[in-house]
Amino acid sequence: MRLRRATAASVAVTVVVAAVIALLPLTLSNYHRATGASVAVFFVAILALNIVTGYTGQISIGHGAFMAVGGYTTAILTHDHGWSDLPTLPAAAIVGFVAGVIVGLPALRFHGVYLALTTFAVALAVPQLAKNYPNFTGGTEGLALPTHSGLWLYEVGWAVAGVMFVIAWFLLRGRTGRAFRAVRDSEVAAASSGVTLAVYKTVAFGISAAMAGVAGSVYVLVNNFVNPDVFGLTLSLYILIGAVVGGLGSLWGVLVGAAFIQLLPIALTTSHISSSQSVPVIFGAVVIGVMALLPLGAANLLRVALHFGSQSRQSSDIHLGTEGR
Amino acid sequence: MGVLLTLSDVDARYGQVQALRGVGLTVEEGEIVAILGANGAGKTTTLRAISGTVRRRGTIELAGKSVARKGPEATARLGVAHVPEGRGTFSELTVWENLRLGAYVRRGSLREDFRRVAEYFPWLEARRSQQAGTLSGGEQQMLALARAVMQRPRLLLLDEPSLGLAPLVVAEIFRIIRELNDREGTAVLLVEQNARTSLMTASRAYVLEVGRVAFEGTSDELASQDAIRRSYLGY
Amino acid sequence: MTAVVAALERRLWFRPSTSWIVPAALVGVAVFLVVGSLRSSLFAQQTISGLANGGIYASLAVALVLIYRATEVINFAQGALATFTTYVAWQLMAWGLSYWPAFACTLGIAFAGGFLVELVAIRPVERRGSQITAVIAAIGLLILVEGSVGWIWGNQVKFMPAPFPSHIYNVGGVAFSRQDLSTIGISIAAVLVLWLFFRFTKVGLAMRAAAVRPQAARLVGVRVSWMLSLGWGLAAVLGAVAGMMAAASPSVLLQPSMMDGILIYAFAAAVVGGLESAAGAVIGALLIGVLLNLLGSYVSWVTPQLLLPVAFVVMLIVLLVKPSGLFGRTRVRRV
Repeated sequence: MRLRRATAASVAVTVVVAAVIALLPLTLSNYHRATGASVAVFFVAILALNIVTGYTGQISIGHGAFMAVGGYTTAILTHDHGWSDLPTLPAAAIVGFVAGVIVGLPALRFHGVYLALTTFAVALAVPQLAKNYPNFTGGTEGLALPTHSGLWLYEVGWAVAGVMFVIAWFLLRGRTGRAFRAVRDSEVAAASSGVTLAVYKTVAFGISAAMAGVAGSVYVLVNNFVNPDVFGLTLSLYILIGAVVGGLGSLWGVLVGAAFIQLLPIALTTSHISSSQSVPVIFGAVVIGVMALLPLGAANLLRVALHFGSQSRQSSDIHLGTEGR
Repeated sequence: MGVLLTLSDVDARYGQVQALRGVGLTVEEGEIVAILGANGAGKTTTLRAISGTVRRRGTIELAGKSVARKGPEATARLGVAHVPEGRGTFSELTVWENLRLGAYVRRGSLREDFRRVAEYFPWLEARRSQQAGTLSGGEQQMLALARAVMQRPRLLLLDEPSLGLAPLVVAEIFRIIRELNDREGTAVLLVEQNARTSLMTASRAYVLEVGRVAFEGTSDELASQDAIRRSYLGY
Repeated sequence: MTAVVAALERRLWFRPSTSWIVPAALVGVAVFLVVGSLRSSLFAQQTISGLANGGIYASLAVALVLIYRATEVINFAQGALATFTTYVAWQLMAWGLSYWPAFACTLGIAFAGGFLVELVAIRPVERRGSQITAVIAAIGLLILVEGSVGWIWGNQVKFMPAPFPSHIYNVGGVAFSRQDLSTIGISIAAVLVLWLFFRFTKVGLAMRAAAVRPQAARLVGVRVSWMLSLGWGLAAVLGAVAGMMAAASPSVLLQPSMMDGILIYAFAAAVVGGLESAAGAVIGALLIGVLLNLLGSYVSWVTPQLLLPVAFVVMLIVLLVKPSGLFGRTRVRRV
């Protein structure tokens, strides 16, 4: 009974948020619509990271690499093979999925800090690969893509974000979601209750990477160009910041996190409080502060205050792999 | 001889579980006192309350100074050596390094202390560069004692020193405890499952039952009362 | 039955069965490098400059091991802290100090900085959180410190004065640069001093005790939390050595992201060594330094851009084949 009321409340909030997002561009300038589109990009990327870190408890510091894979898929297909924009999105999802499974397979054997280490290295290695094969990727120069209006980008970005959110919603509510959480909360228990660990962990990585790939595609469309620096370490770290600020294991926090990442720098620079140089300093301090004060993220605080969703209580304990101390 | 340690009305808890309820006891200087009782009666917790490794409330005074709010680092500095259950040796470090750590809270040369320790445990000299984890169980227990001696404590807290050891080794360990007490005048608070041996070593004893002191008295009194012996000491 | 035996074997510290493979392989590598160097002067030069790079990675890798052993946290900010301290050295020189006084001051500042960082940023998180929160806090620290470098000194490349005159020693037809030899010497010296400190001083012993058995260490009077801060301080000093050696190298530019790549090489080195062994990390670092340099100069398709992915692959192979590293002992996974 309680669960159903919570679900109804969530649906209502979702509808309101969706309506606000849909109507918002009416009041925005062309430039700010494009900014809105990049919020959507981060929304999808953070959502992707949340599936793998928040729900299966495998940390990834390398999600920018999957965005790079998707982004380059879109760029190469449109630039060299004459595809139009939107059909490249499913292609990016597929390539991202494959990349995710490739990284996810060895990750099956790593836990905790080792997974953090390898994904961090992936985040740094992938841009280097892009630099190394200029015939494909345009090297350090990169590739230029056709430009789009802010409104188009906004609509595409949030339509994609909406689809991804619905996919994640259904995925995490159902059997798969329960299995993911079982993996996170105790691997041994999950294995003995019949959850095929290897399959679920790999699938989680694959799906997450596919979503990140789509985010990367849209990112490339928004930027209308691509080069290795676009997908540098900073991008991966910012996705992580967004997820942390929003709260790992919380679908609601994703929006908070995405807005934080994209809008805080703009707010700071336009209000002349501080220069854009200070943004990483603030981000870093916020991450440490969140970890020290409310490790579940700002959104979780809200949710606790509103007694939102009864299944979320278990997500308070996020494990990194399964090591004891 | 004055009072060295006083506990009165001490409570301690692990999370929701209350392990001690109003425990009171005293240890005189140079005395050996045993704490007896069944599993889960709060024996180990009493020692942990003294050394500050459990959350506790109440009065705990060492030579008139309150230690009830101090952590284990501070109580060690005040002269309490706690040899925990499972010995607490640094199995990754060498024997010599374990001994050096025993003297961590003191300044000055260790040579004199090491000579002293070698009188009790002559075999240590030859094993000084061996890794502590490769010693036998009895040797590790003796190393833990030796480390405590290096600390030159006023009060030695021993938690189940006989646990898992062969009878001959247990006898040797208790002989050393008595000798330590005799020669150095170190007061000992001893927690033991093995009631008979501890009553032979200690001059007084407390019997704990679900976190409270159920009986107290001299060792002879406790051993001579059949009812107590049968229901609490199990022999 | 065999499963029981295997399980027991995994619990043992010493696994006698295959323990000769790693030393034998290391001897093999050493023989290969010596013979190669005797036959070709180019090979000798590349080996030496590989060792010099390896020395830089070694300082950083040992710093990582130091912190990992104490808290089981990978300090992702180790490279950023090193960069920061290198900028401090640059600043001191810009204010007119000459190289070596600036170097010495920087080490002191690095120690204080590392100590403070642990106190302010890491300790509050450690106290409350799980391992994931500590890892994320370290990432936060990376962003914060690297961001501060850009904020304070800007993102443009700076030029660090060279500590050593560019002198070439000629030994039997092989040209060794003084730069490389000094880098090797200083890195080895830094690690050696640290080793002596841990082996022979009271505080060093207490730090080791605090790392392996924090509860028992507190019982003998060691203030464990201070030992952790101290560990961060020492790690920052090693990082500062690595950063200043890196900035002195002609192939590295002083910019906020200077140590990002080097951090990955140090990760790989630490993983090769098993993450818990400082000696292993040093050997791992030297191996990686030489391997990358030789690959870069003898294998035509290995471009400078590919060195980082190659290091990543090395790390991946070690983790998949021997997750405990070449020198680490296998730990039983507790669930």
